[in-house]
Amino acid sequence: MTTHREPTPRPPHQVLDGTDITRVVTRIAHEIVERAKGAEDVVLLGIHTRGVHLARRLHARLAQITGREIPLGTLDITMYRDDLRLKPARALEHTEIPPGGIDGKLVILVDDVLFSGRTIRAALDALNDIGRPRAVQLAVLVDRGHRELPIRADYVGKNLPTSLREAVQVRLSDSDGVDAVLVGDRDFASRSSQAMAAEPSAPHLPE
Amino acid sequence: MKRHLVSTADLTRDDALLILDTAEELAQLSGRAVKKLPTLRGRTVVNLFFEDSTRTKTSFEVAEKRLSADVINFSAKGSSVSKGESLKDTALTLQAMGADAVVIRHHASGAPARLAQSDWLHGSVINAGDGTHEHPTQALLDAFTMRRHLNAGPGKDLAGRRVTIVGDVLHSRVARSNVHLLTTLGAEVTFVAPPTLLPIGIQNWPCEVSYDLDAVLPKTDALMMLRVQRERMNAAFFPTEREYSRRYGMNGIRMAQLPEHAIVMHPGPMVRGMEITAEVADSPRCTAVEQVANGVSIRMAVLYLLLGGATLADSPRTESVETAQ
Repeated sequence: MTTHREPTPRPPHQVLDGTDITRVVTRIAHEIVERAKGAEDVVLLGIHTRGVHLARRLHARLAQITGREIPLGTLDITMYRDDLRLKPARALEHTEIPPGGIDGKLVILVDDVLFSGRTIRAALDALNDIGRPRAVQLAVLVDRGHRELPIRADYVGKNLPTSLREAVQVRLSDSDGVDAVLVGDRDFASRSSQAMAAEPSAPHLPE
Repeated sequence: MKRHLVSTADLTRDDALLILDTAEELAQLSGRAVKKLPTLRGRTVVNLFFEDSTRTKTSFEVAEKRLSADVINFSAKGSSVSKGESLKDTALTLQAMGADAVVIRHHASGAPARLAQSDWLHGSVINAGDGTHEHPTQALLDAFTMRRHLNAGPGKDLAGRRVTIVGDVLHSRVARSNVHLLTTLGAEVTFVAPPTLLPIGIQNWPCEVSYDLDAVLPKTDALMMLRVQRERMNAAFFPTEREYSRRYGMNGIRMAQLPEHAIVMHPGPMVRGMEITAEVADSPRCTAVEQVANGVSIRMAVLYLLLGGATLADSPRTESVETAQ
């Protein structure tokens, strides 16, 4: 990175825009149908917050492709995090498991950014208490590397090589008014949780 | 949120709503096959009960176990307290054993506050009922039950809802905790009791007072019946039990005067035939059993919010973390 010693941090620049994100979601939906042989027993579970929005979009696209309603749910992993004691207790988000449950199903976890892998580890622990899926797969919009656990994604929107100094921000119209993926130096993105995760004194889990 | 839960007067509206919303999420857990979360693994919670209690103690214990905390039950009977040990020495002992939180019920009003203000214990103190002072988790579960029936949904409060609390207000810690919490949440509280069972200084409480139950019933969204606490009564507060039930007891005729949507609540234990008839207690409008179930969710929420995260606001350790960031 050329910005390494610069006194002023580089402003965030856009790596994916709205149409890119739509295209990526469509491609992942097709990959799911192809690899899950028609997505018969698929259950989509979005991880809060932006994973839920992405799962909803994936769900709509899958319905168009297959002509069937794929069960859709949400998963809050707060109680399973490994960094709970590093911050004051956080508010819980809503966990909603589809009425059919997840036993014997192919659960596809959906998240926005795959980083340390700790969120996914927590999600796998949460699933363990909810039921016994046939298999669990992972779909992410962005894989930014720097894994701290042996976890990989099955469906990746974009591989984005980054340095730990950088912060990846995913913005989705459902919560941020606009669809975009931005990469910038973390000093620029004090609101981004990934930025905090890069700090040695701070928690390592991207939210 | 503060580090301790001693009084509902300490809770801001945001704190109270955070607890209710967290409890709403945790209530889902009771429908699952594995009713357990790993959140408080490795934390030790001591249930320090100087006074008899089945409901509250069991409820706390279930909540603690569902959050995977290590639970130690310490009751005054059969412990060194019966040999004359002071509260301070008991607390120092628990501190030496590494208690992360103490759930305390004590017959003396103010015992939990004393424990929270002292440096005998470094963990959180949760008041599970002290004398005739407060019982915050009971008020929280009452508010939770009311919200579910009257204004359901996360982030909602009880603004404009009319709550009538009937009975032995003088000896009731439930009434005290409820009046603070319900007012914080925007509800209007009316107490109905014989004048002898109202505490001195009630005119300074944020509530209305009435001596006529029948007049208040049609304007009530939630009716809370309190138990007449005979064990705390050392004087004649009313002439006969029969007279009390006729004027302040809940029966089928009075239930018909309530609005269609109103609920009848009771913190338990109920004395059937005294403050409530079996007809009312067994009717679908009575939420007594539901309140017990909600109690577990509320206590889980309180334990999680006090113990689940980093050390909380008023402890010195958090400040150093904040300056480091």
